[in-house]
Amino acid sequence: MTVQELPGAGASHRPTPPPAWRPRTDAAPLLPDPEPYRVLGTEAADRLDPALMRRCYAELVRGRRYNAQATALTKQGRLAVYPSTVGQEACEIAAAMVLEDQDWLFPSYRDTLAAVARGLDPVQALTLLRGDWHTGYDPREHRIAPLCTPLATQLPHAVGLAHAARLRGDDVVALAMVGDGGTSEGDFHEALNFAAVWQAPVVFLVQNNGFAISVPLAKQTAAPTLAHKAVGYGMPGRLVDGNDIAAVHEVLAEAVRRARAGGGPTLIEAVTYRMEAHTNADDATRYRGDAEVEAWKAHDPIELLERELTARGIIDEAGIQAARDEAEVMAAALREGMNADPVLDPMDLFAHVYAEQTDRLREQAAVLRSELEAEDQA
Amino acid sequence: MAQALTRAMRDAMAEDPTVHVMGEDVGTLGGVFRITDGLAKEFGEDRCTDTPLAEAGILGAAVGMAMYGLRPVVEMQFDAFAYPAFEQLISHVAKMRNRTRGAMPLPITIRVPYGGGIGGVEHHCDSSEAYYVATPGLHVVTPATVEDAYGLLRASIASDDPVVFLEPKRLYWSKADWSPEAPAAVPGIGKALVRRTGTSATLITYGPSLPLCLEAAEAAREEGWDLEVVDLRSLVPFDEETVVQSVRRTGRAVVVHEANGFGGPGAEIAARVTERCFHHLEAPVLRVTGFDIPYPPPMLEKHHLPGVDRILDTVARLQWEN
Ligand SMILES: Cc1ncc(C[n+]2csc(CCOP(=O)(O)OP(=O)(O)O)c2C)c(N)n1
Repeated sequence: MTVQELPGAGASHRPTPPPAWRPRTDAAPLLPDPEPYRVLGTEAADRLDPALMRRCYAELVRGRRYNAQATALTKQGRLAVYPSTVGQEACEIAAAMVLEDQDWLFPSYRDTLAAVARGLDPVQALTLLRGDWHTGYDPREHRIAPLCTPLATQLPHAVGLAHAARLRGDDVVALAMVGDGGTSEGDFHEALNFAAVWQAPVVFLVQNNGFAISVPLAKQTAAPTLAHKAVGYGMPGRLVDGNDIAAVHEVLAEAVRRARAGGGPTLIEAVTYRMEAHTNADDATRYRGDAEVEAWKAHDPIELLERELTARGIIDEAGIQAARDEAEVMAAALREGMNADPVLDPMDLFAHVYAEQTDRLREQAAVLRSELEAEDQA
Repeated sequence: MAQALTRAMRDAMAEDPTVHVMGEDVGTLGGVFRITDGLAKEFGEDRCTDTPLAEAGILGAAVGMAMYGLRPVVEMQFDAFAYPAFEQLISHVAKMRNRTRGAMPLPITIRVPYGGGIGGVEHHCDSSEAYYVATPGLHVVTPATVEDAYGLLRASIASDDPVVFLEPKRLYWSKADWSPEAPAAVPGIGKALVRRTGTSATLITYGPSLPLCLEAAEAAREEGWDLEVVDLRSLVPFDEETVVQSVRRTGRAVVVHEANGFGGPGAEIAARVTERCFHHLEAPVLRVTGFDIPYPPPMLEKHHLPGVDRILDTVARLQWEN
């Protein structure tokens, strides 16, 4: 039986609408703009706050230097792996800058720079990647969740934390970061849905850097933009030029303000580009061409800001040099910190599995202890 | 048992404002088994929350809530519907304390109604304990009596570590002379109990299989067997001493559970008992378990589930004469 043959297919009457149905929310205000929002190089730049922009500039330069230093440390074998954020510094830094002290950052494994920009010691931020311990800092002290490796799984945590804070009457916003690939994971959807239903004070920042390892966005989603996904959950979606730090900062700050005021979550897609390979283990030439990379080079976040600030007389040669000097100090400290061999206690393997060690673990700890003693004597 | 569980959550919520109950249908409905009945009414929807229908989201949100200092008690509606949450469970719930070197423990209780014997349709009867016990960082407990339902749940909620709290569905309706006005002492996690003393062999069991083992022990008297029955109550940590002491006394052991045998908790227990009791054993440690099959349809489940006869037949095999 075809659809045309179904009983009633030819009937001329139209079925009555279901009783009292109405959409829950007007979708139009939730929809993102068709083009990524930009500030630099547009009239909107007239409103720039010079002090804020000088700080952004210094952080960008420091962030670029941090990326370079971490990559160098990988080549020296000091870091097991480093997922670079060269080209994405504007997103990383703006994410950290828009948060107050009491707010929480939920980074993915790529977002060490955001953690560093939030004030975390760069050496502590890199313990996961150097293979020292999984998390090199106390998350509560810095209000930075552990760097999260299973994609998108940190997003529901951000929602739960923000929800808990609101239940307690605390003024806390959670900002959660995820890549374009991560938006395909179930946890992404569940987190957005929970956040919208609970009206939790959360901001989701998707860094669309073009690729999930080797897979381009077109093979990741059929949505018009990732920001459009917000509408289905009942939250606003915002599309922003991820290399324009003034724009990213503005859009993020607005979302944080709204969340803080009880306006609920926002999904932000920052369109950017991963200039380097996924990690040092990846060969980017297998899935993308030089022309594409070159085109994005011309849209570099530091150059975009430098051009604007120089043209407006907000920054001069001396200011640029000062930012570079500051970055060198950070790089030197990072080098020094990473060149000191971490002292690890193998017995720590059993220390933090449970609040109280089980008999089983005590037994296994005794095995290791005697192996270590035998090693010492040999 | 159902009422004891409800009472445990109620008392915990009344004593500690950080205890939050959350899950599918736990609010207005009181859960599909009514275990959370009345909690939303008494404590409000912020403390007993109907969540969207998404297990990973529920547990993931609970992680964030625990990070902020709350004590979430999560209800998974049925054993087989907890699987979408396994990523959160294994990658985060079980590991957060370890990843943060003790800085961020997660005091989450995950209540999972488990096991068969209630005529449930597919996906409502799994014995999923093997998945949980194989994951370091989780405690796994399961009550078999009404007192333990109350006591163990209180202990789980009070624990600073995540606890998977397995509720034997078929015992929800079991009754006992237990007064919620005088709740039993909290047994603490990790303590097994000798439910019946005996001299000729030890039945090692937990949760839904305990009543079965006690029944088998009574029946075995006619055959001249005086069986001891150990109720583990906690699978992780495993109270090896209580088990080992018992088996050394009786010299023979059978592990009984309804989860599949291959790679099931019984395999681990049998191995441990063998390692620790080898010279005391008169026979190999035997197991009575569910078959290694997906959970069968209700009309066939009686053939799959260990019953008294199968336990008695196995006990008879302890007359090892090779
Ligand atoms: C659940 C899960 N599946 C697979 C991986 C392996 N993996 C690591 S990074 C990555 C690509 C992530 O891409 P995207 O989300 O776009 O983030 P980006 O690396 O671009 O920052 C994959 C597949 C993982 N970490 N987690």
